[in-house]
Amino acid sequence: MSDVLDRPAAAPLDDGHLKVVGTRPIRPDGADKVTGKAAYGADLALPGMLVGRIKRSPHPHARIVSIDTRRARALPGVKAIVTAADFPDLASEEYEAGESAANLRDLSLNVMARHTALYDGHAVAAVAATSSAIADEAIALITVEYEVLPHVVEVEAAMAPDAPVLHAHMFTEGLAARPDKPSNIAKRNAITRGDLAAAFAEADVIVEDRYVTAAVHQGYIEPHACVASYAADGQCQVWSSSQGQFMIRTYCAKVLDLEASDIRVTPAEIGGGFGGKTTVYLEPVALALSRQSGAPVKLVMTRDEVFRASGPTSASVMHVKLGARSDGTIIAADVVLKFQSGAFPGSPVGAASMTALACYDIPNFSIVGYDVVTNTPKVAAYRAPGAPISAFAVESAVDDLARRLGMDPIALREKNAVRDGVKASYGPTFRNIGYVETLEAIREHPHYAAPLGPNQGRGVAVGFWFNVGGESTAAVNLNEDGSAVVISGNPDIGGSRASMAMMAAEVLGLPIEKVRPIVADTASIGFSMLTGGSRTTFATGMAVTQAAQKIVEDLKRRGALLMDVPVDQVDFVNGAVVCLDPAKGKADLTVAELAEKAAQTGGPIGAQVSLNAQGAGPGFGVHVCDVEVDPETGHVTVLRYTAAQDVGKAIHPSYVEGQIQGGVAQGVGWALNEEYIFDRGGRMENAGFLDYRVPVASDLPMIDTVMVEVANPRHPFGAKGVGEVPIVPPLAAVANAVRGAIGKRMTSLPLSPPKIRAAIDAG
Amino acid sequence: MSEVDFIAPTSPEQAARALLAGGATARPLGGGTDLLVQLRSGRLPPGLIVDIKRIPEAIGIRQEAGGFVIGAATPGITLSEHAALGQAWPGVVEGANLIGSTQVQGRASMAGNLCNASPAADSVPALVAARATCLIVGPEGRRTAPVESIAVAPGRTSLAPGEFVLEILLPPRPARSADAYLRMIPRTEMDIAVVGAGVNLTLDANGVISDAHVALGAVGPTVILATEAAAAIIGSKLDDEALARLDAAARAVCRPISDKRGTSEFRTKIAGVLARRAAVIAYGRAEKTA
Amino acid sequence: MSKRQHISAVVNGDPVEFLTDPRATLLDALRDDLGLTGSKEGCGSGDCGACSVILDGRLVCSCLVLAVEAEGRRVETIEGLADGSKLHPLQQKFLEHAALQCGFCTPGLLVAAKALLDANPNPTESEARYWLAGNLCRCTGYDKIIRAVMDAAAELRQETV
Repeated sequence: MSDVLDRPAAAPLDDGHLKVVGTRPIRPDGADKVTGKAAYGADLALPGMLVGRIKRSPHPHARIVSIDTRRARALPGVKAIVTAADFPDLASEEYEAGESAANLRDLSLNVMARHTALYDGHAVAAVAATSSAIADEAIALITVEYEVLPHVVEVEAAMAPDAPVLHAHMFTEGLAARPDKPSNIAKRNAITRGDLAAAFAEADVIVEDRYVTAAVHQGYIEPHACVASYAADGQCQVWSSSQGQFMIRTYCAKVLDLEASDIRVTPAEIGGGFGGKTTVYLEPVALALSRQSGAPVKLVMTRDEVFRASGPTSASVMHVKLGARSDGTIIAADVVLKFQSGAFPGSPVGAASMTALACYDIPNFSIVGYDVVTNTPKVAAYRAPGAPISAFAVESAVDDLARRLGMDPIALREKNAVRDGVKASYGPTFRNIGYVETLEAIREHPHYAAPLGPNQGRGVAVGFWFNVGGESTAAVNLNEDGSAVVISGNPDIGGSRASMAMMAAEVLGLPIEKVRPIVADTASIGFSMLTGGSRTTFATGMAVTQAAQKIVEDLKRRGALLMDVPVDQVDFVNGAVVCLDPAKGKADLTVAELAEKAAQTGGPIGAQVSLNAQGAGPGFGVHVCDVEVDPETGHVTVLRYTAAQDVGKAIHPSYVEGQIQGGVAQGVGWALNEEYIFDRGGRMENAGFLDYRVPVASDLPMIDTVMVEVANPRHPFGAKGVGEVPIVPPLAAVANAVRGAIGKRMTSLPLSPPKIRAAIDAG
Repeated sequence: MSEVDFIAPTSPEQAARALLAGGATARPLGGGTDLLVQLRSGRLPPGLIVDIKRIPEAIGIRQEAGGFVIGAATPGITLSEHAALGQAWPGVVEGANLIGSTQVQGRASMAGNLCNASPAADSVPALVAARATCLIVGPEGRRTAPVESIAVAPGRTSLAPGEFVLEILLPPRPARSADAYLRMIPRTEMDIAVVGAGVNLTLDANGVISDAHVALGAVGPTVILATEAAAAIIGSKLDDEALARLDAAARAVCRPISDKRGTSEFRTKIAGVLARRAAVIAYGRAEKTA
Repeated sequence: MSKRQHISAVVNGDPVEFLTDPRATLLDALRDDLGLTGSKEGCGSGDCGACSVILDGRLVCSCLVLAVEAEGRRVETIEGLADGSKLHPLQQKFLEHAALQCGFCTPGLLVAAKALLDANPNPTESEARYWLAGNLCRCTGYDKIIRAVMDAAAELRQETV
């Protein structure tokens, strides 16, 4: 079930009479996807293509003493073998490419270990051969001599003064004085406001707890895959499944010291990303193998490799202390976040810090975050990176506070809610936010008043994500029959081709079937930042809309020319240029008619817009979850789930609902079962779907959604990003529901049956 | 290059000879849902694969001598489609049908589950509680053995070189008797059992349990036939006291490990819970057959 | 090198022949030898269902079937679900209900749903969820998939929901 709650539109192009935006057409990429024709990263085959394989470290921390490839090279059918020696040794340099900055040296070292393997699964060599069997054999014949070093996996253990140090050159940033010895703590960040100590002294009620979350994987069903071809003239082509073809191009160029202009990257259909495909693992390796062999090389990860060597998100240890007056006003918050970043710095602790208290108007707070390296795979972005983790801690604490105060959990949040004009905990002042409306949507929802049975509990939690804009390019071309093609540079991970086409169709007054969207390669469209941060419908959608608007202006000029009237006497209405002066008796000219006569009015009709979009509207979600706990086994069943979210304007409501439902499902999996389990030797024990346990169809109920539409006036149709917010509240919503069902606060994720049964038994 | 070869004989004796000749890395292939995963992961070195699915006796369910004969390579889904088997041995069918997904059910067999020798094998506790036996074919001929004698340790069986299980035999079902199998998993599907419990019991005319067998999975190196647990309910009408005795006796025989799927302490507690719950289900079913 | 074997089978109603290594899976043969890349490999261990096909009428993971086992057998894949350019009701309902996002799990889910409705034309929601539990989807939370399957079942029964 789904509802839409509207507030009067404030978006420039939403006149309340939209014909395409807000409807539910069939997605343009749908037919290929339901017939098996859609081509994903592993589906491409080129003539003469070789099969690549990667040899990975079996040790979580080891010095690479030597790599002997001679026996592998001697194997017939082996065409190339690369190690770190085949990649340039890069200097440490930060590079901004999308959701987060990457250090190019770290990126390169993660693609191929040099001197030291830093986690179980770290790539140390790669081969290309004429068959997969030969490639497997060659991998087995490569001999790597390791000097095994002490390792550390847990975040607090890595912070300890006597912990094995991963990077001898790393000194903690963000301290008052430069430390005198290296540390696994890459960085300390802090956001503070007011006088915390005084505020806690004034508080009538204080709640405080320590929270732990496990590393979890994005869990896209498509493993990383690419084909790369390096030609004799140095021109490179890469076909790959990623969230950004321009990101792939840049990173390949940097890691291999090539010119970006010599690399053309074609985006394959992407089988899920969720942030995990915002970096490179395989592409530079495939290019290096292709350069050495002279043949195209395909590299596809196994599921085991996906878990062991591609980015999960951080495990964490957190501490939250809240102080409130007896009327429910929260006056003090002290938040400490310790995040595991994996083998290289760059956990999402910064975003987690900025989002932790973003839903609350609290006068005094301190948020301190630590970015900590460990002998685990380098974390990658995962849907609202960091925000679900800090929200788990803060929303659990707010739930405890509501219980201590005897207040309804929504009422407590409404009392402390940020509103328009409030300065956000992370700096800017909120405008056009729909948080209070979203809280109201859940408060008034039948779910919130439904009765609960024995061993059942209900949990509420809220979540926030900034949503971002950034650089995008889009082109719209009219065909001679009056149909249009929309070209963007953003891989479609959640239905963006549908929303791009719909926005263009709306502006051009065309039926959606007349607008075909494509995602172009890096040589065929201007630069766009990757698909991530919930930016595409906002930023690329803005570029598409502006390009369509340019065409409308052009059509008006051409129509006026054909009608032989001044351009100020025509308008564009419902897909046709009309003469404003009926006395002139001019027939309307439709887009199709104007397209057909394009040669007479100046030639082909098309427009391209490149922009750097600002003013993405932040998103808020409020979730309510009912669970039943089997008190004897500790098994949790999610009985009912309702998610409300301020989406600005739902361009394609079905795919907005789909984003919300998918985010909830991932969040429920994070809450209940998903986790990276390492053995004492630092090796991942559950590197497969069997024991990693993402939710299956029978684990979940239908997921109800409420789309609250508080328009973002900076977007032509009022859209706000929607993809990330829905994964923020579920961890705490589930934990708060379990708290209601068993009467005990569970502070460590996942809420697996053994933990729950143990908590119940502890009395 | 590692050698792999594949044959699909049509007689049990051909298969046994091939397995013997194939040596230590030769394996019979039934549904393949364990074998292929082990080959791919490198846990099992490649060798000779002997597909037994083209041997007529290895496929299908036959009613013989008042009991049931189930071909070793019969996929789980076939069991769920056999009405008479489901009526006589609902617990055995439950156990077999809990192995993996619908897709896995289309391939995986009880005999494969048994010979994979995982302590957590879902179909084994109910078979042990049913007092099922196996027909084993080998180079020396044929023999039968109780189901619980097959697995001797995780991943190891008592089968001699060249031997393989051709059929599983379920005994005749007495009047006023029934079975049930329950397992604990973190999700609702697709997981390996953290604990499994099979209970098979017979009632007398007054509803008193006259015979019972309890088998527990994933709480020891092999499936445990818990005779003390069975004794705890024989002579009772499964009143609360008997159930409490069953729970305690089941827990008492557990020797589980702690691993990624559950702690030893948790597994022990759950063994008691599931034994109790399975007994209640089996008792209810037995009453209905009266 | 292991000796390759010559296999004859029927795929989507058409006779096919291919040479295969005894260790290759049916999924490998479909994708690499027959060019039928609609079946996907998400795990290679039978845990995700993206490679689901129907083998002699039984729903299976093609990653857990050896290619050599296909000798003489009938295989149905996603490529055979539509009738030419006319979509199967399940495919049409997946589109109408927006039951796919990235689409990677979609072929396997459609094949599994087809097997479900062949076996049980009138499943309950719970039956559909358990039948499809071997098909992981990470994008949709399954809500719209289940709705699409139930709606397609109703249409195939000539009912409306």
